[in-house]
Amino acid sequence: MNALFLILIFPGFLFLALFGLFAEFIDRKLYARMQNRQGPPWFQPLADFIKLLGKEDIVPDEANARMFRLMPLFALTAVVSSIIYIPLWKTGALYSFSGDLVVVLYLLTLPTLAFFIGGWYSTSLYARIGSVRSLTQMFAYEVPLFMGLFSPALLADSWTLSDISRFYIDHPTYCFFNLIGFGVALVALLGKLEKAPFDIPEAETEIVAGTFTEYSGRLYAFFRLAIDIEMIVGASLLAAVFLPFGLKDEAAIGFLIYILKVVLVVFLLTLARTIFARLRIDQMVKFCWKYLVPLALLQLLIVLFLKGVLLQ
Amino acid sequence: MKPGRMLKLVLQSIFKKPATLNYPADKSGMPKGFRGKITFDPSKCIGCKMCMRDCPANAITINKIDEKRYEAVFDLGRCIYCGQCVDSCLKKALTASAEFELAQLDKKKLRVVFHADAQKPAQKET
Amino acid sequence: MHDSHEHEHEFKIPLGPQHPALKEPESFSIALKGEKILGVDIRLGYNHRGIEKACEERTFLQDVYLLERICGICSHSHSTAYVQAVEEIAGLAVPPRALYIRTLIGELERVHSHFLWLGVAGHEIGFDTLLMYTWRDREIVMDLLAQLTGNRVNYGINTIGGVRRDITPEHGKDILAGVATLEERTKYYIRIATEETTIIKRLSGVGIISKEDALRLGAVGPTARASGVDRDIRREDPYAAYAEMDFDVITDDHCDVYGRTVVRLKELMESFKIIRQIVAKIPDGPIAVRAPRKIPAGEAFSRYEAPRGEDVHYVKSNGGEKPERVKVRAPTLANIQTVKHMLRDRFLADMPIVIAAIDPCFSCTDRMVGIRRLDGEKKEILGWESLRSFSLGWHRARGFDVTVAEKKLHQLMEH
Repeated sequence: MNALFLILIFPGFLFLALFGLFAEFIDRKLYARMQNRQGPPWFQPLADFIKLLGKEDIVPDEANARMFRLMPLFALTAVVSSIIYIPLWKTGALYSFSGDLVVVLYLLTLPTLAFFIGGWYSTSLYARIGSVRSLTQMFAYEVPLFMGLFSPALLADSWTLSDISRFYIDHPTYCFFNLIGFGVALVALLGKLEKAPFDIPEAETEIVAGTFTEYSGRLYAFFRLAIDIEMIVGASLLAAVFLPFGLKDEAAIGFLIYILKVVLVVFLLTLARTIFARLRIDQMVKFCWKYLVPLALLQLLIVLFLKGVLLQ
Repeated sequence: MKPGRMLKLVLQSIFKKPATLNYPADKSGMPKGFRGKITFDPSKCIGCKMCMRDCPANAITINKIDEKRYEAVFDLGRCIYCGQCVDSCLKKALTASAEFELAQLDKKKLRVVFHADAQKPAQKET
Repeated sequence: MHDSHEHEHEFKIPLGPQHPALKEPESFSIALKGEKILGVDIRLGYNHRGIEKACEERTFLQDVYLLERICGICSHSHSTAYVQAVEEIAGLAVPPRALYIRTLIGELERVHSHFLWLGVAGHEIGFDTLLMYTWRDREIVMDLLAQLTGNRVNYGINTIGGVRRDITPEHGKDILAGVATLEERTKYYIRIATEETTIIKRLSGVGIISKEDALRLGAVGPTARASGVDRDIRREDPYAAYAEMDFDVITDDHCDVYGRTVVRLKELMESFKIIRQIVAKIPDGPIAVRAPRKIPAGEAFSRYEAPRGEDVHYVKSNGGEKPERVKVRAPTLANIQTVKHMLRDRFLADMPIVIAAIDPCFSCTDRMVGIRRLDGEKKEILGWESLRSFSLGWHRARGFDVTVAEKKLHQLMEH
């Protein structure tokens, strides 16, 4: 019973869904304010979700209906399950085992796979181009993201997220050594979440809606919810590994600090969305391999050097 | 080459008043001389029908009620709000008001009649 | 074997007629291999409304308003070009104050159009922030135009023989204040466009057309000027008050979309210069001369530098109240030939910005170009009389009463 509550309500599905919608509101409101506009009211993402639930699901004739319908659920499940291993406001996550950092990163690649499969089986030309772009983009940002997240893990000498956060709470000054890694992981997260300048798979002015062209109604609502929750999970992951403040405090204060950390990461993502134009896919791949990977390697070198010095 | 050149401006804009209006709660109104709906003063009309001749859209019809009394019928859907009728009228019986929120759900409401009245000009919208 | 393997990854994707990248319907059929463009097929005509034919059924004065509504952003260009042609046929001497006011509205329209273009270009490359800011600044111009002419779009300032409204000294003060704000903003956008890395990456090297190709394909306006073609109708064939204005024609050597952006931004600065000169030097006097209802027989050819390029109007009168023929050649028709050339060996992602870079206005473009015979094998262009007979036959077959039109056609054919 307790497990069911944790998975479905808090900090499981319901909490994630509401927090995801709230994060979407923050994102859209900040985006609008930065453009000197008013922005939507606080209930807009919830209203959008409810409206989409009420619309008809149209499945194209030539599409593979089973895969088409399955993918939104697949993406949603993957992101919701990954929150279980991330420490949110206590140093220990819900469940942890040795190596769960790798498991969380793996679970976070599943939504991209879901976008690809959903777009591919839509059989629409635009969806196919979008899905292929989605996969190409993954080859660009996965490596910097992994490397950026592995550096703090190396310094903490553990692949378990709960242990990593415990290590940084005990030595809070060490997190300043990971700043480059934070930057790299943030930019790579932009790629994973497909936000500008890396929103190439869903380039509205080029391929209508990319992978989501044929999706409508409830399926589209769940895809959007999955993307929102992915943003929360990605931000939580970054907050847990790079910003380990407030994890040792009382539950209420710790929770508040957690919310603030996630909002900060969302703010940085929105800022990037506002001030950059969209890159072309070939430019994006070049950029990631030319700049992000060397920076991540630099971060790894720093960490290895520090380990040698600190453990002496 | 520097990325993110608009950073300063967008950060400043977060704290400024938005440039958008919450229409229809807030309205900005139109400047003086805006060409909106055309209004008709029947006391000045002499029935020459120059306005009908020059209207590019055949939106205005002048009907003779009896000697020296004329009414004007406008089709708001056809009118292109160019104001040529205002210029063509020899007696300045037509003026362009600033009213522009003229959308209707019922097409019949787009037919506006300015009745002739011997005593005082009255306008009635059907 | 080799052939089928090569064509395995090729497919055709339609961009249009309805597409988020296009502001107006037009059909581009792109042959793709992965992300690389192999070829483009352009099909025009979705915005054809029969305007040239409609002009023949309305008087010269009514046509001013009809032609103004060919397009929203080039509306003053079309109206002025037409009115200039009619005034030439009728031999009217337009007072100088009217010419100055026409120039003023023309330049304000150019400012409006270039700001709009900046926003649209930003949107096409995924930079919505630029869109919001430039369109916010565009509101200043539109409010100014509403104050001067009575409407934000489709200004209706022209009449045959002059203009319909005068500008007061207070208007002049508002214009100068508005221009001052806009100039400051334009300087900011020039900085952004030339320094922002992501913009430069998306716009540089995209949509290249050399000077020779631009001349060969007949490009006009900023599209040609960005390839070094030094042509501007305001200087070559001055109309309205441009002969007395001091301004530079902006050219650029980049030959790509980035060059076109720079040309348009610098043209904005020149427009502000011209507007200031107009407000300072405008002569006093009447604003219109009386125009006859019946324009004497004759024909005239009138050119105007619209924000998109050279706009050409041909008007023929046969002495009556209605024109015999009005022909409009919009600048986008000249520029669209270059799109095919520009997109060879480019990526799909460049498609929207290349189309947007010629500043397409398909409403202006879709006029009658040539009609091919619909039945039979031989392809020939139908002449005016054969087209009319064909149309009458089509309508008669569907039960319309065509006796009056037929009589008119016989009368004309007996000429």
